[in-house]
Amino acid sequence: MAKEIEKAGIPTVHICTVVPISKTVGANRIVPAIAIPHPLGNPAKSEDEEKQLRRSLLDKALRALETKIEEQTVF
Amino acid sequence: MRAVLYLNQFFGQIGAEDKADLEPLVKNGSVGPGNLFRELFGAQVEIAATVICGDNYFAEHIDEATEKVLSMIADYAPDLVLAGPAFNAGRYGMACGAVCEAVAKHQGIPAVTGMFPENPGVESFRKTVYIVKTKATTVGMREAAEKMCRLVLKLARKEPVGLPEEEGYLPRGLRRNYFAAENGASRAITMLLRKMKGETFTTEYPMPVFDRVAPLPPVERMSKATLALVTSGGIVPKGNPDRIESSSATRYGKYDISALQRLSPEFYETAHGGYDPTYANEDPNRVMPLDAARDMEREGKIGRLHPYYYATVGNGTSVARAGQFAGEIAKDLIISDVRAVIITST
Amino acid sequence: MMMKYELGHIPIEEIAWGQKTSVEGTLLQINREKLLEKTRGDDSRITSVRADIAKPGESVRIIPVKDVIEPRVKIDGKGGVFPGLISGVDTVGEGRTHVLKGCAVVTAGQIVGFQEGIIDMSGPGARYSTFSKLLNIVVCIDVKNGIAHHEHEEAIRLAGLRAAAYLGEVGRSATPAHLERFEMRPPFRSKGDDLPGIVYLYMLLSQGLLHDSYLYGQDMKNLLPTLIMPTEVMDGAIVSGNCVSACDKNTTYHHQNNPVIRELLNRDGIDLHFLGTVVTNCNVTLKDKTRSARYAVKLVHMLGADGAVITKEGFGNPDADTMMYCARLEEKGIRTVIISDEFAGVDGASQSLADTTPQADAVVSTGNANEPIALPHMDKVIGDIRVIEKMAGGQAGSLSQKGITVELQTIMGATNELGFEFLTARDE
Repeated sequence: MAKEIEKAGIPTVHICTVVPISKTVGANRIVPAIAIPHPLGNPAKSEDEEKQLRRSLLDKALRALETKIEEQTVF
Repeated sequence: MRAVLYLNQFFGQIGAEDKADLEPLVKNGSVGPGNLFRELFGAQVEIAATVICGDNYFAEHIDEATEKVLSMIADYAPDLVLAGPAFNAGRYGMACGAVCEAVAKHQGIPAVTGMFPENPGVESFRKTVYIVKTKATTVGMREAAEKMCRLVLKLARKEPVGLPEEEGYLPRGLRRNYFAAENGASRAITMLLRKMKGETFTTEYPMPVFDRVAPLPPVERMSKATLALVTSGGIVPKGNPDRIESSSATRYGKYDISALQRLSPEFYETAHGGYDPTYANEDPNRVMPLDAARDMEREGKIGRLHPYYYATVGNGTSVARAGQFAGEIAKDLIISDVRAVIITST
Repeated sequence: MMMKYELGHIPIEEIAWGQKTSVEGTLLQINREKLLEKTRGDDSRITSVRADIAKPGESVRIIPVKDVIEPRVKIDGKGGVFPGLISGVDTVGEGRTHVLKGCAVVTAGQIVGFQEGIIDMSGPGARYSTFSKLLNIVVCIDVKNGIAHHEHEEAIRLAGLRAAAYLGEVGRSATPAHLERFEMRPPFRSKGDDLPGIVYLYMLLSQGLLHDSYLYGQDMKNLLPTLIMPTEVMDGAIVSGNCVSACDKNTTYHHQNNPVIRELLNRDGIDLHFLGTVVTNCNVTLKDKTRSARYAVKLVHMLGADGAVITKEGFGNPDADTMMYCARLEEKGIRTVIISDEFAGVDGASQSLADTTPQADAVVSTGNANEPIALPHMDKVIGDIRVIEKMAGGQAGSLSQKGITVELQTIMGATNELGFEFLTARDE
C-alpha cells in the first residue's frame, strides 16, 4: 500500500513489525514496530509509558518523512 | 461461427511504413493471413471482416484507435476475434494486445493473438490476453496460425483450455489450482533430492520480482503539512459497519475521527483475523495511533491531522487488491491536500 | 542406542452409537452418554456437549470446525497420548501405540476466533480435504457466557483431546490389522554414509491467542527451537491450539500423521538419510523471529544436514520466517525445499507470498487458497452456518439460497503446508 500511495505522489512511511515483508513489497521509508498484535504499543508497560513509546515511533516516522533518501531505508 | 480479424497496414496489404498513419478501416471477408485462417477453420468459422489500422496511428492514439476498432468489430457481432500474429513487431504487438483485451473485456467474446516472447506487447498484455507463442518472423506464420485457430475455437466452444505448453500460449501469470499425482510432502522430498544431486527440477512457484517505486523527496515541513493515518490492522468502528472481511479483504473503510482525541475500545475494535486480537481490542491506539497523533497536532509537530482514517485488513489480502485500495485512498487524499501518510501494519 | 516404536493400525470402516464403546472387527461402537461425559471431563467452563456422527458421502456440512484429532492409545512404553495436556510429561515416542484408522474426533461449536473451517462430507468441497473421507465423531462444545477467549480455546482444545483419548482407549485390546515398526538411531550420522542427509525443519505457528501450538503442553512461543523424534509426534506431542485460516492450519490430526515425517522415514536408508527433526516457532516480533531462525539453522547445521525440508503454517508474516530459514540454510550450503500455499487473489493474478528471497528456488505449492469455490446446500449442518460471513475466506453475501461461495481457505486442511493433500497450483 505504501508503494501505491507514493506512486500517487504522497510521501509515505510504513510502520510495521515484519520489516522484511515491507522491504519485499517495496515500501521506501520503513519504521520497525513493536510486535504483530500491538505494533504501536506494549501491554507490559504502564499506560503512560506505552503512550510515550507510541509517540516515539510516530516521531521517528515524522523524521523519516522529512529525510531525503535514495533507496529503501529502515529508520 | 463468425470471426473478425485485426491486422496492421502491412499484413492488411495497404502498404509499408509509409502507410503506418492509416486510421482504422474495415474490409469485408479475409485479407492476407486471413486467407490462411480461412483455410484452417474450414467450414466451421466464417471470417466476416478484417479491421486494419496503421501501427503508428494506433500507437499515437491508443484509446481512440481501440474504441474505433472495437466498434467496427462489434458491427459484425462476431463469435470470436483473432489479431495478428504480430511476431516481433513491437507496435503491432501492442495494438493486437490492446484490441484483444478490449474485445474480451467489453464484448465478452474470446480474442487470441500471437507474438514472439520478446515482443513488448507480451509484457503488457500477457495477464489479460491469450497470446500464442510465435517465432520472431513470418517464417512461423503457419505454425502460429494453427495454434491460434485451435485455441480460439476451444475458447469459443467453452471447452477446457490446457496448460500453456500444451496449447502453445504464453503463461498469463495466473495461478490456477489442480490436483497433482502425489501429495505435497512426497513432491517436496523428490524435488529436494534432485536439487541436491544437481539434477534439473522445476519449482512449483517461481519467486516473483516485486516492482519498486523511486523514493519521493521528503516532506519539507511536517509542521505545515496535513498528515493522514492508514492502517492494514483492521481497526474499525465496533460492529464492523463496512463488513471488512477478516481475511482476503475486498473492502476498506474510511472513518471520521475529526471529533476524537483517541480511539476508545468501547467504540473501536479489530476485524483482522490474522493476529491475536486481545491487545488491539483493549486499546485500538496500539494499532491506529490516534492519541499520539493528536498530541503531535496539538504541539504543532504536524500541521493538521486529516479528519478521516482509512482501514483495511491486510490478512491474506492480495498484493494487487491492497494496491487498488491504496490507489483509491490516494485519490481521496490528494483531493484533501494531504501531504504525508503514515501506514501502520501488524 | 536404538529406540523402537510400533504403530498398530486398527482400521475402522463403520461407526455407530451403541450400548458399549468398543471395536468389533472394523465397527466402532460408541456409547454416546459416556463420550459426552468423557469429553466434558471435570471442566466447569463447559456448559454443554453434543455429539454427532458424520460419514463420507452424506449431505452434511460441519461448521465451524476447530480441530481434528485421531484417536490413539499408548499400549507400551512411557507416557500417554497428548503428553503435557491430558497425560503426564513423560517422553513419548517409544514402545507401542494403537491408532483407530479411518475415523477422527472433530471439535466444533461456538466460534472461538474468526477462522475455524468447514468440512463437507460430500460434494465439490469434499475433494479438498482428507477429513471429508473420514468417519467423523463431531463434538460440539459450548462454554459459559462471557468466558475469556483463551479460556474458551483451551476448554475446547482439551475436551477434543479427551474425546480422542477416550475413543482411542478401545484400541488397547484390539488386534492391529497392520503393524508399522520404526527404529530410531541417534541423529548424528555415521561415517561413510553417502546418502544425502536430510533434516526436517518443522515450523509451528505461535503468535498468541488462537494462533498457538503446544509441545508437551508447553506453549511453543516461549521455546527456542528444539529437537524431536518423529515418533513423539505420532504420540501427540504436538497439539494445535490454532484458529488461523482453516486451509493451512496444522490440526492435531495433521501433526499425528505428519506426511513429511512419514515420507522421510519411508525413504530413510533408501535414497536419503533422515537425520532428525527440528521444531521451531513463528513469533510476533522481528527479534523473536530472527532469534528462532538463527537458532534453528544452527541445529540443522549441527545435525550435519546436506538438505532441509521446511514446512510452514499460516501465511503472511510466517512467509518472512520461512524466507529467513531458507536464505540462512542456503548460505550455509544446506539445500532447501519449502512447502507453502499461495494467496494469489481470487483471480490468481497477484503475488502469492508476502515475502520472498532469491534463494527459495525450490518451492512446492499446495494451491492458491484464495481460489473461490461454490459449495452446494447440504441437508444437514452440524454447528452453525451463520458464522460463514465472519470466517476467513467468507464475506458478506457468502450465504445464498443455493449454497455458499467461499474461498478455499475456509475448507479444513485444503492447502495444508505439511504437504498433506494433492492440491497444487501452476501458472496458466
